[in-house]
Amino acid sequence: MNGSSPVIEASPLVPDAGRGIRRIRVPQKLRNLELFLLIVACGINAFAVVLVQLGAIGAVDSTVITLGASLSVLVLGMHVALRYVAPNADPFILPVAAILNGIGIAVIYHVDLINGDTGWDSTAIRQVVWSAIALICAIAVVVVIRNHRVLQRYTYVFMFVAFVLLLLPMLPGVGQEIFGARVWIHIGPFSFQPGEIAKILLAIFFAGFLVQRRDTLSLVGRKVLGVRFPRARDLGPIIVIWALSMSVIVFQRDLGTALLYFGLFVVMLYVATGRTSWILLGGGLFLAGAVIASQTLTYVNDRFNAWLDPFSQKNYDDVGGSFQLVQGIFGLANGGLIGTGLGRGRPDITPLSQSDFIVSAIGEELGLAGLFAILCLYLLLIARGLRISFAGHDDFGRLLGVGLSFVIALQCFVVIGGVTRVIPLTGLTTPFLASGGSSLMANWIIVALLLRLSDTVRNQPRLVI
Amino acid sequence: MSKELKRVAIVVLLMFGALFVATTSIQFFQTDALAADSRNTRALYASYDAERGPILVDGQPIAMSVPSDDDYKFQRTYPNGPLYSQVTGYYTLGQGSTGIEQSLGDYLSGTADSQFLARINSIITGQKPKGASVELTIDPVVQQAAWDALGDLKGSVVAIEPSTGRILAMVSKPSFDPNTLAVHDSKAVTDAYTSLINADDDPLVNRSIDGNLYPPGSTFKIVTSSAALQSGIAATDTQPNLGRFPLPGSNNTVSNAGGGTCGGGDSVSLETAFVLSCNIPMAEFGVQMGDSTLVDMAKAFGFTKDLDIPMAVQPSTIRSPMADDKLALASFGQDEDRVTPLQVAMFSAAVANKGTIMKPNLVDSITAPDLTVLQQFEPKVFAEPITSATSSTLSQFMVSAVQNGAATNARIDGVSVAGKTGTAENGEDDPYTLWFTGFAPADNPRVAIAVVVEDGGGENQSGSGNSIAAPIAKQVLEAVLNK
Repeated sequence: MNGSSPVIEASPLVPDAGRGIRRIRVPQKLRNLELFLLIVACGINAFAVVLVQLGAIGAVDSTVITLGASLSVLVLGMHVALRYVAPNADPFILPVAAILNGIGIAVIYHVDLINGDTGWDSTAIRQVVWSAIALICAIAVVVVIRNHRVLQRYTYVFMFVAFVLLLLPMLPGVGQEIFGARVWIHIGPFSFQPGEIAKILLAIFFAGFLVQRRDTLSLVGRKVLGVRFPRARDLGPIIVIWALSMSVIVFQRDLGTALLYFGLFVVMLYVATGRTSWILLGGGLFLAGAVIASQTLTYVNDRFNAWLDPFSQKNYDDVGGSFQLVQGIFGLANGGLIGTGLGRGRPDITPLSQSDFIVSAIGEELGLAGLFAILCLYLLLIARGLRISFAGHDDFGRLLGVGLSFVIALQCFVVIGGVTRVIPLTGLTTPFLASGGSSLMANWIIVALLLRLSDTVRNQPRLVI
Repeated sequence: MSKELKRVAIVVLLMFGALFVATTSIQFFQTDALAADSRNTRALYASYDAERGPILVDGQPIAMSVPSDDDYKFQRTYPNGPLYSQVTGYYTLGQGSTGIEQSLGDYLSGTADSQFLARINSIITGQKPKGASVELTIDPVVQQAAWDALGDLKGSVVAIEPSTGRILAMVSKPSFDPNTLAVHDSKAVTDAYTSLINADDDPLVNRSIDGNLYPPGSTFKIVTSSAALQSGIAATDTQPNLGRFPLPGSNNTVSNAGGGTCGGGDSVSLETAFVLSCNIPMAEFGVQMGDSTLVDMAKAFGFTKDLDIPMAVQPSTIRSPMADDKLALASFGQDEDRVTPLQVAMFSAAVANKGTIMKPNLVDSITAPDLTVLQQFEPKVFAEPITSATSSTLSQFMVSAVQNGAATNARIDGVSVAGKTGTAENGEDDPYTLWFTGFAPADNPRVAIAVVVEDGGGENQSGSGNSIAAPIAKQVLEAVLNK
């Protein structure tokens, strides 16, 4: 053990009179940096809400600000929890998530103001409440899960629960079809997208499964044209996941989620085995599936047409055509370089501008400059996540880190790329920004897991970050 | 595992790189094209976002934007809609705009180049952007007099200040109410527009400058006489006084308006022909001078020339070249002579202003919201078709025509009025187009005018320029002279 390392040994929770001062001071530096960044983030969030009010109604209304402040208290609560249970956690992850969540609420709130929604009809107020619930879940995760390796024990339990969650919306009575996609469950007054939670469980399952099987998957196989392909019987897992993704496309009519699960699995498989053949196989399988789906399923075909030629009058007028996509692009163009200013754009013209198309609303009000800032925040979050994988030393933790980071990256790419015509539009939520309780909860739990992982990494004596 | 992680990181960077490129493309490179898409309602809302400047007449708004509670923030209103509709034009949701609203739209909306610094300023200070105001040269008293005098007749009145080219009145009837087109409901706008565009008598058309051009009839004798005087043939020559004139190279003949000869005697001078408005001597003068002399003079008065006031004025036309039978008809304003009322007013303005036509103009000044003057319109020479000597001779002719000739209904007690009537044929059985053009006072002209009445003023072929158009002109001239 290297005694000169500033971060060494044991948990700081275990007091050690001799070296306690040194051990505690270093984590405090991290936490103090986090506290400073959090105060900046909460300040920006409050400022954003005030700007929306000034821009849209020309006055400051204290009720929504009070609600927002309660959210800031919860975020600070999470910070305090980290001081006790994960003092070495990464100091950037929590402030980045907080500011994304807050900007999202501000823009959602503006659309509420235009639509005249108040009280429980206000999406922003529901979003604040969901954020609070999500933060409490996140705090619970960091407090309860003190060591991420515990998760590895339940690899197959997570798989089973993930599959059940995915199938729930198909159950009659519970499942609900919204905008053609059957990805919701509806119990009493609550609706929930179980697929959002399933993506975390799948990441944990993939990590556990691949750590066990990586040797067989990576070493055995036949070489074709310089690329080693796996044996037929090792193909099992990728076929199962592929079938799962395709059934999501066919039965739940949800292209984006299928792409998300499958992309996640292929990337984790690649990182675990180091074999390019998996990427080729996986990419080929998904492309084949997507092409067949686009030919046989009308909703997929419509998406493709809308993507290729959104401005044609026919696609624009068609039901399931490009109207929303085109209006979103008009919104972005209206924002231009510096945007209309918060509270001064017309995001309400684009359908679903509070959820799927929130990026278009943000681009309209904050401009290209603001959108670049948002993208950079995501990149920072993802980079901090990948860093855990680079620095970690248990394979399960490293795989989980890359899986959780990549799932955020891929989700950003699929939804923002859909809105900006990089790829066909699919219905996914923008992490932290878009309205939606399940999405918020899932992403805050991912934040909690990343914080836990980063704390473990820094606590390891072997490597100094 | 690190090598694979690096590759994953690169993939993530590539994915975000694609997003950076795509957003830049939409929000920077394609913004203009996307804003121009007709389905982009945001661009439409944005055009209403700035308070559009008012159009003023004598300091009072005839078009203005007032705050509204809907998506568009401002409602365009026209306080005296039908009276000024042909001048202001309209500003609509989806049906475009016309008149001053269209031709000075950049200034009114605050997007003209000279307002660039003001726009930057309003972005920095956060003040609401505001368009410039446009002050017109129209005199509300004269405009109202022209409106009232024309009554329910179809036609147009144009009054110009000869020494400056300032347009004092511009009325075209039937008119319309631009407020019906300014509503913020695109279906209502489309309905109103459709009913106006399909209405009989084309209320949307500004007959003063942009209608179906009219045959000028005898008012064109000002041009023919100008050519005869300038070329010198009128000073020495007279024409045989015939009761019927055979068109050269044709079996057709023409006669004078009342039948018979032009006054007494065997020969007739230009002055007599002009004052009594005889067709045969004018045809004879025309044939004597040749088609190119006549056409050149018409062009010197403004025929075939582009003119913006700032709305584009449809150029008046004449056949060229033409054979002598056509030339004979064209010499008294028939054949293919076609004019706007503004062009006819410019005939009189030239005579009134010693042979010089000042550029007709509707706009006095354009003023930014901070009261800096963005543009001030100074009088400019448009054309000098005739000499000062020719103009004073013609002025005498026109005074005689009102005193004791064919235009007696324009007489005003105590003021010397110069004028010329016209009663133009359209087709064998079609009602006449009735004209009066002139200026007053003859010795110190303050206003030049053209009046046109379509469809014979409801009297088919029995009305004349003197009986119907001259009294209208008289009321407008009085309105100016009584100021």
